[in-house]
Amino acid sequence: MPVNFGATSADLIRFLPEIILTVMGTALMVLDPVLHKRASFAFGHLSLFALAAAMVGAVYANTNPGTAFGGMLVVDGFATYFRVLVLAVGILTVLPSYSFLGRQQAETSEYHALLLFSIAGQCMMAAANDLIIVFIGLEISSISSYILAGYLRDDKRSNEAALKYFLLGSFATAFFLYGVAITYGTVGTVNLTDLRAALSGTDAPPLGFVTLAAALMFVGLGFKVSAAPFQIWAPDVYQGAPTPISAFLSAGPKAAAFAVFLRIFMTGFGPIDAAWQPLVWIAALLSMTIGNFAALLQTNVKRMLGYSSIAHAGYVLVALTAQSDTGTAAAMFYLAAYAFMNIGAFAVVSWVSGPGEKYQTLDDLAGLGRKQPMMAAMLTIFLLSLIGVPLTGGFFGKFYIFKAAMDSHLVWLSVLGLLNSAVAAYYYLRVLVMVYMHEPGDAVNETKPLTAGFRLALIVPALGTLFLGIFPTWVLDFAGKSATLGK
Amino acid sequence: MNLLTLVLILPMVGFLASLTIPRRFPQNSRAWALAVSLATFAQSLILLSQFDRNAPGDQFTVDIPWISTPDIHFHVAVDGISLWLILLSTFLTPICVLISWKYVQDRVKEFFAFLLLLEFGLVGVFMAQDLFLFYVFWEVSLVPMYFLIGIWGHSRRIYAAVKFFLYTMAGSVLMLVAIIYLYNRAGSFSYAVILDMLASGKLTFAPAEQMLLFLAFFVAFAIKVPLFPLHTWLPDAHVEAPTAGSVMLASVMLKMGTFGILHYCLPLFPVAARRCAPWIAILAIIGIIYGALVAMVQPNMKKLVAYSSVSHLGFVVLGIFSFTQIGMDGAVYQMLNHGITTGALFALVGFLYERRHSLEIADYGGVATVAPWLSTTFLVATLASIGLPLLNNFVGEFLVLQGTAIANFSWAAWASIGVILSACYMLWMYQRVFYGVTVAEVKKHMPDLSLREWAAIVPLIVMMVWMGVYSQSFLPPVSKATARVLEQTHINVPERVDLRRNVEVAHAR
Repeated sequence: MPVNFGATSADLIRFLPEIILTVMGTALMVLDPVLHKRASFAFGHLSLFALAAAMVGAVYANTNPGTAFGGMLVVDGFATYFRVLVLAVGILTVLPSYSFLGRQQAETSEYHALLLFSIAGQCMMAAANDLIIVFIGLEISSISSYILAGYLRDDKRSNEAALKYFLLGSFATAFFLYGVAITYGTVGTVNLTDLRAALSGTDAPPLGFVTLAAALMFVGLGFKVSAAPFQIWAPDVYQGAPTPISAFLSAGPKAAAFAVFLRIFMTGFGPIDAAWQPLVWIAALLSMTIGNFAALLQTNVKRMLGYSSIAHAGYVLVALTAQSDTGTAAAMFYLAAYAFMNIGAFAVVSWVSGPGEKYQTLDDLAGLGRKQPMMAAMLTIFLLSLIGVPLTGGFFGKFYIFKAAMDSHLVWLSVLGLLNSAVAAYYYLRVLVMVYMHEPGDAVNETKPLTAGFRLALIVPALGTLFLGIFPTWVLDFAGKSATLGK
Repeated sequence: MNLLTLVLILPMVGFLASLTIPRRFPQNSRAWALAVSLATFAQSLILLSQFDRNAPGDQFTVDIPWISTPDIHFHVAVDGISLWLILLSTFLTPICVLISWKYVQDRVKEFFAFLLLLEFGLVGVFMAQDLFLFYVFWEVSLVPMYFLIGIWGHSRRIYAAVKFFLYTMAGSVLMLVAIIYLYNRAGSFSYAVILDMLASGKLTFAPAEQMLLFLAFFVAFAIKVPLFPLHTWLPDAHVEAPTAGSVMLASVMLKMGTFGILHYCLPLFPVAARRCAPWIAILAIIGIIYGALVAMVQPNMKKLVAYSSVSHLGFVVLGIFSFTQIGMDGAVYQMLNHGITTGALFALVGFLYERRHSLEIADYGGVATVAPWLSTTFLVATLASIGLPLLNNFVGEFLVLQGTAIANFSWAAWASIGVILSACYMLWMYQRVFYGVTVAEVKKHMPDLSLREWAAIVPLIVMMVWMGVYSQSFLPPVSKATARVLEQTHINVPERVDLRRNVEVAHAR
């Protein structure tokens, strides 16, 4: 198929969110010398504006769905869902970042610019319909994230996190690229729609090579979503990175990577699903079990949330194992619910940890319920949602995932997964025990009263969590409609 | 608005509104909780007066679609069993507010807010007619109780609260799997629709399938009851909980388990239930005797009452699995009786604790001489718990034993040992606490009942006598509902299961 590189106006509109984010990110860096001294808050505002504008752009692009740039990019319900999701993650990350950056006395312009670039990469991943575009999006997203993880450059832990993330991340990307190369070598295309057609055709290419390619890509993406056995980096990075960035990493890049995961394996490798399904099954079970059991032993809250994020990646993989549209929809819903509850939980930790992120252990949360009742109440909502108690988004997410798994007759995986979630309840409850059933310690006594802006950073995810728990229909219907992925 | 939904919504509205009361006015929080819980109780009394006592089926049905995929409805209704359990919940909540009035001095606002949230969850569990909705309420009621125990409990409260939460959670995730499985088979969460499909033969289960589903539901319920040997969370939770927490836990939350067995396990999986009945009956009898024996040696009053609950709830399970109308009537009646009597006992133990700050029996003695009214009310509750004729427990225990004797005489004989033992441990405790030489500490700190305490305890005493003397006010709607359950347990039961239908129905009244 000849590719026409001349961009039409329709192409550009379908690329609108990425354009907005890139332009605004560059503008932030240019404006740095002008605005720097006068108003460090301005960058946050601009960044919020850019994300909101990109969100409008993403929704507008969806009014005229179709492919762009000769089939390399596709704008459909699925792409739009994930674009809006990662942009929402961006907004939720910026909100607590104001006070965080102020407390750590860090530069604001580069922080926000990098965040915008990273999200631009994730938007691209969401809309990618071509393995090369996936790779470019992945790299744009990852390289900005590596830098963000080490943003507090005077902090040893932050440096370690960045280095570890970078080294292991590039290694994983190489795996992914290798898979792309083998795919191209065997099938002769990197376009996912063409790949699907080739694999389901009568003269299908040798299954061995294609499976190898799928397996290599699975390794690369498994790393990005922090699924076991490629999860080693996650706890260290989540612990060391600046807290709002830990929240961002656990929600944004992960959602985008799952979008790619779904797109590649459901669309591209859909016809050979019997070959890769066992891989996902095993990874799902390992992630849930390793994540939950390791989290039981943690004393550092950020590290615990890191392990819990591995477990949650396992739940989403269960939805993938189901290999159905309901499974895809369940994964989409879960990632949205997870973004709200996890960013909210990290936001609370970022406030309590204080200057220099001194207070990060479980014990430091002692007595939060007495000193900061409002914050404690919000944290309770996030944790109950992470446990999966009804009327929160986390419960419905889990419910849909395990329902999809049972629809596909994965009864044992469902039973093991749900028992896992009962184990998980223990370490989330430990946090609640600290917050409500112990007397305040140094950390809580030193916390400042909440600012109005930070209050917003807690209330928005809390409302989101409850909304998804009480009225899941709106989001789920949209996810269900767009889960067919052009099959 | 429908009467029934109002009973559900009032506590929720009360909970949300109570969050806005400023923390510096604890008195307002107390008064608000009392007002809301009394209004809810009044509302449920209106419900009772409008209830058609001669109709066997569900009443006050509301069915509103909630979530479209999968098809989940806000579907609530009551029958002759759930009606009384809802009344029990709404009746005990204002009493719990009263007994916590002074007891809770720390974080008052949160305490009463959680109490109202708990009422919301409990009432919801009993009225849900959609399996998914039922699960939602089942889990929602867990959260406030976890906080009630964990924040306002005694010294080992954290251990007890976490144990309570994890035990229940572990059981209920299996139930969730079973609920989803049922949905995949039946295509609906609606309990009525599933029962219709079972009755018309559109939905049938293979024996092994039915057994696994039954066990998934049953274990979740048995943990809550608690059936021996799944009872170990109960003594911890009861002892460590604040008084109001113990009352709600013993009086209402345990009934969620027995209600679930009667309302869901039996009609949905009759064959498996009948197959398991002998084993479950044996566990229930072990629970009856074991609970009573352990209660006898407890040095701690709360623990004693807690173990007596294990024993009493064994009767309820036994009555249900007798598969006779009389046994089931007795079981339901015993659920209500236990709620009233044990609620009263926990409240009275709480009164003693507020005065003397000890739960150890050894720290008391001769209370009767300094606080005669407290002793008298305690005596009435004790006698009711033992099963003295003309008091409520007698009726329930009698019906259960009669029903069990019809099913299997030796079960009834073994179970009646529990009745004898209950007299031993309760009277012995009463003797050690209230008679004998008045300890100096007791003399100093033991005023008699205050007006507020009278207000809390008198309704309970009145109910004990009323339910003991004139059970006809309560039993007819129960019989209608249990007859329906029994009828449902005959559906699709193959002949080779030992079905003594004539026996079951002949003794119906």
